[in-house]
Order: sequence, then C-alpha cells, then structure tokens
Amino acid sequence: MDSSLFFGLSTMAYILAMMLYIAYVAFRKSPIGLMATAVTVSGLVLQTAAIVLRWKEFADLSGLGFFHSAPLTNLYESLIFFVWCLILGYLVVEFKFKNRSFGAFVTPIAGLVLAFIDLAGVSKEIQPLVPALKSNWLLVHVTMSFIAYAAFSISFSTGIMYLIVKTEKRTEPAYIFWTVTFGLFAILLIAMGLDFFSFKVKVRPEIFVHNYLFRSSFLHPSATVKIVSYLTAFLLLICVWRFGGVLKRVIANFNIHADVLDEITYKSIAVGFPIFTLGGLVFGAIWADQAWGRYWSWDPKETWSLITWFIYAFYLHGRMIRGWRGRKVAIVSVIGFMAVMFTYLGVNLLLSGLHAYGSK
Amino acid sequence: MDSEQKKPIADRLWDFLASVKLAIVIFAFIAVTSIIGTVLEQQGDPRENIQILAKLFGESLAPALYSVAEALGFTDMYRSWWFTGLLIIFAVNLVICSIDRLPRIWKIIREPMGPLPKEQLRTLPLSREMTVKAKLDATKDALSSALKKARLHATGLKDADGFSFFAQSGKYSRLGVFMTHFSILVIMIGAVIGVRFGFKAFLNLPEGAISNVAFSGNDRDIPLGFDIRCDNFRVDFWGASDMPKEYRSWLTIIKDGKEVMRKSIAVNEPLTFEGVTFYQSSYGIVPGSLGQGMFIFNVVSKDGSRSTVNLKMGDSVRIPGTSVSATIVDFSPALRFDQHGHPMTYANQMVNPAALMEFSENGANSFRGWVLMRRPETWQLRDGSRVEFLDYWGVEFTGLQVRKDPGVWIVYVGCIAMSIGLIIAFFMSHRRLWIKLVEEKNATRVIVGGIANKNRAAFERKIDGLLSALRKQIEGGK
Ligand code: HEM
Repeated sequence: MDSSLFFGLSTMAYILAMMLYIAYVAFRKSPIGLMATAVTVSGLVLQTAAIVLRWKEFADLSGLGFFHSAPLTNLYESLIFFVWCLILGYLVVEFKFKNRSFGAFVTPIAGLVLAFIDLAGVSKEIQPLVPALKSNWLLVHVTMSFIAYAAFSISFSTGIMYLIVKTEKRTEPAYIFWTVTFGLFAILLIAMGLDFFSFKVKVRPEIFVHNYLFRSSFLHPSATVKIVSYLTAFLLLICVWRFGGVLKRVIANFNIHADVLDEITYKSIAVGFPIFTLGGLVFGAIWADQAWGRYWSWDPKETWSLITWFIYAFYLHGRMIRGWRGRKVAIVSVIGFMAVMFTYLGVNLLLSGLHAYGSK
Repeated sequence: MDSEQKKPIADRLWDFLASVKLAIVIFAFIAVTSIIGTVLEQQGDPRENIQILAKLFGESLAPALYSVAEALGFTDMYRSWWFTGLLIIFAVNLVICSIDRLPRIWKIIREPMGPLPKEQLRTLPLSREMTVKAKLDATKDALSSALKKARLHATGLKDADGFSFFAQSGKYSRLGVFMTHFSILVIMIGAVIGVRFGFKAFLNLPEGAISNVAFSGNDRDIPLGFDIRCDNFRVDFWGASDMPKEYRSWLTIIKDGKEVMRKSIAVNEPLTFEGVTFYQSSYGIVPGSLGQGMFIFNVVSKDGSRSTVNLKMGDSVRIPGTSVSATIVDFSPALRFDQHGHPMTYANQMVNPAALMEFSENGANSFRGWVLMRRPETWQLRDGSRVEFLDYWGVEFTGLQVRKDPGVWIVYVGCIAMSIGLIIAFFMSHRRLWIKLVEEKNATRVIVGGIANKNRAAFERKIDGLLSALRKQIEGGK
C-alpha cells in the first residue's frame, strides 16, 4: 500500500463532498447534509493515513529519521497539508456553529487546490532535501503557516459570503468587488485548465509550472488567441457581475445570519493571526537566521508574508474604527487571503518568472 | 467637528498620531509599497530591472519607468529615506497610541470592584434574572459553592436588599495588546542595533587557509579579532546523485596564537565565537588550484595492513607487500565517460573526483586506471590490494557567511513577547460578574450582570452554566 492510493481516494472523497454540500445547499435535505459530513470525515481520515504513509516512505528513503522527514518539503506536499488543515478547520466550524452550508464554499477551495495540483502538473515525486531544508524550525514554520493559511481561507469564504449577502445594488463598490474577485478566481482556474490540456503532451510537468502558465490563453504567442482570451475573460466578469444576485439568493437560503458570518471571519482571523505571526514570521526568521545568518532579508517571499501580515493587522484595527465593521472589513479579509495565495503560489509562479532566481 | 477645530494644534497633532486611522493608513502604505519592492530586483543590475519592467509594461516604456523608479528609490527601497520614514511614523504612532491609552486601561485594571445596584446590573451587556424557591441564606450558600465549582473567586457582601457577589478574572489580559505593540518596537530597536553595531560579511576560505578578516559587499576588510582556519571541507551526496545532502566544514579558531575552539559546521549548524557567527553558505573550487591539492589515500595490502599516504600530483606510492608502485598522473573533479568511452570532466565542482593512476611493476608500465572517490569498487586492484581514495584536500574553499549582530537577542526577545502578547490579546479576556440576591416571599430573586471585553459568547455560556448549576442544587436539595 502506498500513499498515492490514499491520496487519490481522499481527493475523490473531497470532490464528492463538494458536490454533496452544493446539493445540500440547493435542496436542503438533511440526509444529504449528513452524507456530506460523513464523506468529508472519511476523506480526512484517508488523507491523514496518506500523509502518515508518505512521511514513513520519506523517512525510509532519506534515512534522516522521523523529524527531518515530515512531508512538507515541496509544493505538492504543502498543498496537500493545506487541504488537510482546511478540511479539519472546516469540520471544527461546522461542529461549533452547527451549520453545514459553509461546506459549499470551503470544499470548493479544497477541490480547487487538488485540481490545481493536477492542472498545473505539480510534481508529486518525493524529492531529496537540499541541506538548508533540514531544520526543525522549518518543520514548525511550515506546519504553522499552513494552519494559519487554512484559518485565513475560512475567513475568506465567510468574508465573501458576507459581501454576497450584504450587497444590494450592482453599482455598489462592495458588489463590484466581490463579483470581480469571484470572476477572477474562475478565470484563473479556467486558464490554468487550458494550459494543462494544451501543454501536457508537450512538456514535462515540472517545467510547465514555471514556464507555461497562461501560455495557452493570455500569454499565447498568437495575437488572436490573446485577444480572444482577454475578451472571454472580460465577458465572464460581466456575466458574474450581471448574475451575482443568483448567488445571493442561494446564500439567503442558508439561514445564516450575516453577523454570524462576520463573527466567523473575525474568529478565524483571530486564530490565524497569532499562528501566522509566530509560525510564519517568527519561526521563519529563526530558520533563516540559522541557515543563512539573516533573520530578515526582504526577499520576495518574506516581504509578501509581511504584506499579508499588515493586511490582517489592517483588518483587526479596521474593525475598531466605528463604521468599519461589516462590509469594509469583509473586503479586507478577502484581500488578505489573496495576499496569502500570492505569498504562497504567486511568489514562486509569477515573480520568479520575472526574476533571475526563478530559473534556479 | 467644531470642538475639533477649537483644540490647540499640539493636541490635534497628538490625536492624529495616536489614532488607529493613521495606523491603518500606514499598514496600507507599507503593504502597497512593499509590493513594488518585490517586483523590482533590489540593489540589482539596472539592465535586469529594465527587463522586468519591459515584460510588464512593454519595451518602449521600460527605460523611462526605470528612471522614475530609481529616482524614487524603488530599486533599493527598503533602505530608502521614505521607507525608513514610514517605519519611523509607524513606530511613533505605536508609541503615542500606547501612551494615550495606557492610563485608561491601567485605571480599569486597578479599579477595585464593588457591588452595583440592581438597576445597573440589568443594563449590562450580559444580564440574567431568575427566581429560586429557597430562602436567601440557602441560596447564598448554594451560589457560593456553585461559584467555587466554576472557579470564580467571588467576594460576598451583605447589603440592604439581601446579598451581593462580585468576581472578576483576567484583568491583566488587557495588557496583552500593549505587550504586542511594545514588542514591535523592541524588534525594531533590535534591528537598528544590529545594523548600526554589527556587520554582514562573507569569507571564502580554502582548505588549510587562515584568515583574520572577512569581506563585506564592497570589498571592505572587516577585522575579526581572531584567526579562523578551515581544516577540512566535505560534501555528502544523496545516493549516487550529484545533489548535495550535506556540506560541512571543520573550523578552528585561533586567538593570540592558541587554538581556542574547534567545531564542524553545516547548513543550519553555525559556529559562534566572540559574537561573530559563521554560517555554512556555499563552496567551490579555488581557481587555478586544481593540480595543487593533496591526495589522501589509504593503501591496503593483500594481508590487510593499511597505511595512509598524502600525495601530490605526479607522486608515487609503493603498494606494501608487492613490487607495484602507483603514480598519480591526472585528476578530474567530475569524471564521466562520454558515449565513446572517453573520460571527460562534466562540472566545475568536485562532484565526482577521480585520480588517474599509473601502476607499474619494477619500473615496467603495466596499466593505468581511474580511481574514483565516490566509487569504492574502483579502489580494488587486480592483485587483491586496495587504494582507497579518501580526499583531495586543499582545492575546495568553504563559503562562509560571517555575521555579527548584537541586536539579534533583542529581536528574539521581542518576537517572544509578541507571541505571548498576541495569545493574551486573542485568547484571554477580562470578565466581570455581579450577582445580587434579593429576598422575596419564600423565594429569592437572582439578578446577574456581566461584562467581558472579548469572546462574550463563552462568558455567556459560563454564566448560564452557573445558573443552571445553582437551580439544580437548590431544587435537587429540596
Ligand atoms: C503591525 C503592527 C501591529 C500589530 C501586529 C498590532 C496588533 C494588535 C492586535 C492583535 C490587537 C488586538 C486586536 C483585537 O483584539 O481584535 C491590537 C489592538 C489595537 N491596536 Fe494594534 N497592532 C499593530 C500596530 C498598531 C499601531 C501602529 C497602532 C497605533 C495606533 C495600534 C493601535 C491599536 C489599538 C488602539 C488597539 C485596540 C486596543 C484595545 O482593544 O484597547 N496598533 N493591535
């Protein structure tokens, strides 16, 4: 038995759970909801088994002993761990707030990440560690960062739900904000899907991630394809903007009070922020200090973590200003999560395309 | 607005600098400008930055945009005057905000608690009321034990209406936010001390070499105050691959002519002496030295006796117990055989060191062969004796990052304080609870009021738990 079998099964479970949660939200039948929870829990169990197995496989292969072999050393493993934290965090929220409806918003994030692994062809190989990665600080740094990211993605889901519920008119800035955000996520996903299908045959997956992102749409050599891509993307945005009200009606069916959404957003940031500060910034700095003799060097990854941190500090303090509760801070929570995504993926995938170090 | 206008300028400036609004404006400014700093290469080659801008905005705009970015300091922005200024305003904001608020918070903390009139209890954010069928004294005793069970250390007082209890917990948790804010200042102070009184430098030290200086970026010599010697350097690889698993230097510190410290370092395992820390950062071959190194061999004869020999290029060694002598005639740091079987060097790092040896018996050439350090099977000779290739010494240098940072401990203390402060700020709360018992006919009225500055729902649950415990105790005991 190897870990990939369990990973495959848990992926299937999560995707099934996503469909069940959406069905539950649409039909409001409690057996469906119960099933959704059951499938999610079994997905989590399977994934836990998969992670433990992979940990053991890595320990056997590297001969480094248990603590240096945590499966958190490359993009694939960290994405998997992120999904694990996210689902665990979601189940805690579901249990505490006795409401299954967020499942329809959180499980798609998990599904999206798992799809991204395949679409972007993230390498699933167990890779040998470069010396700098052999550090206990790194282990706690990565673990805690991802727990925080999972908390932030819950706040993102509830933040965007809050905006959907609370906006009325299509001309409102908050409405435009959430429809554009929503639309951009969809466009990004579709564009990545296209890349995957058009280039999978031609190149090895690992190279793909670095060099071929958006090459089949926005960065296609042919001008016609480029223009068509931009036009389609624009039309999609308009569509989301025009028909956003549909989503609002769906969420209105959830029977969640907007204040509860606001509270979950705040609570998950209140959990994520200290963990991110300690695990992401402090332990990251200690690790860099041990490995390179600099606790802070303003490299893009560090700087983006700091940007993320400042955005969430903005959120926390923004809530204290009268009149900022609710919509304005919900927007900040959504922007905060975009910064998280960029810190995590964008720095490697986009900035490294600009900088020379990316080619290493 | 009018009263704002009438305030003296100094007060208005103070309010401005103490405001959370200013804080969030600064958060936004730091976040947005930092983004530009991650797009442009900091302290990089201008051509590279122009290329980046060309990719983003097109060839024609790039040079002009670059001049603008450079004039505004965006090519070295984290050191620019305006970014430093932003950080200073941030710090001032933090200090003044804390000074502004601390007295008020301190007052709340020091304020002694006392009973409140029942009308006031009913206006508190959390309020409950119920009647229990028991005498005042019995209710008082039951409540007192229920409070103890709930770990609320309440004070009880007799008063005009009947009896009062009050309790508070976690009042010092109000200082968590201050600890967080203060720790940010501590970290900034530590960073400034590090920049002001420390240095960052590097040192490429060949095996066997000694240095008493390190070099900073602009090739300035920084005296260390002692000597450091690299005794040996070694790379371990992952299996048969050329991916380094670990690289390690054996270093000796020499002070006033005496060896005072010996330690091996690797990535993530630095050495510190007199406040100067040496980090393993890179390695390479000293240019032009490839033929000058020392081969270290273990020569093992057929009967198992072994001896270690150090040889230079061209030297010979006699294999003990035979009349065979071996001469080193060539060396490759990275040997591979191409598709025609010709030897070639495929890298300029010592990834696969190999010595070409010529073995001759009684002066007559017999054969030559490659002996590879990473391939023990090439050490075996035909007659059963062995030439073990242990090291080729004196050719590689170890790349050391050298740092002195007297502020790093202050930064760490700040980090610890920040973490503790955040945990206090988010997970602890100041809770206050008042309970009044009022005698009624054959019954007692219980009036409860509470305040929690955080996580009110949890406090609410606690109060409800307390009340249901009280009711159960009274009704069960009847
Ligand atoms: C990045 C730096 C900062 C961090 C990490 C930080 C962190 C925090 C945290 C965690 C809280 C508690 C929030 C909550 O309970 O929801 C807080 C509260 C607060 N912060 Fe900051 N802060 C920072 C900078 C500032 C600055 C520059 C000011 C200057 C005005 C400021 C003013 C305040 C105030 C007034 C409060 C409310 C305190 C109270 O509840 O009594 N903060 N801060």
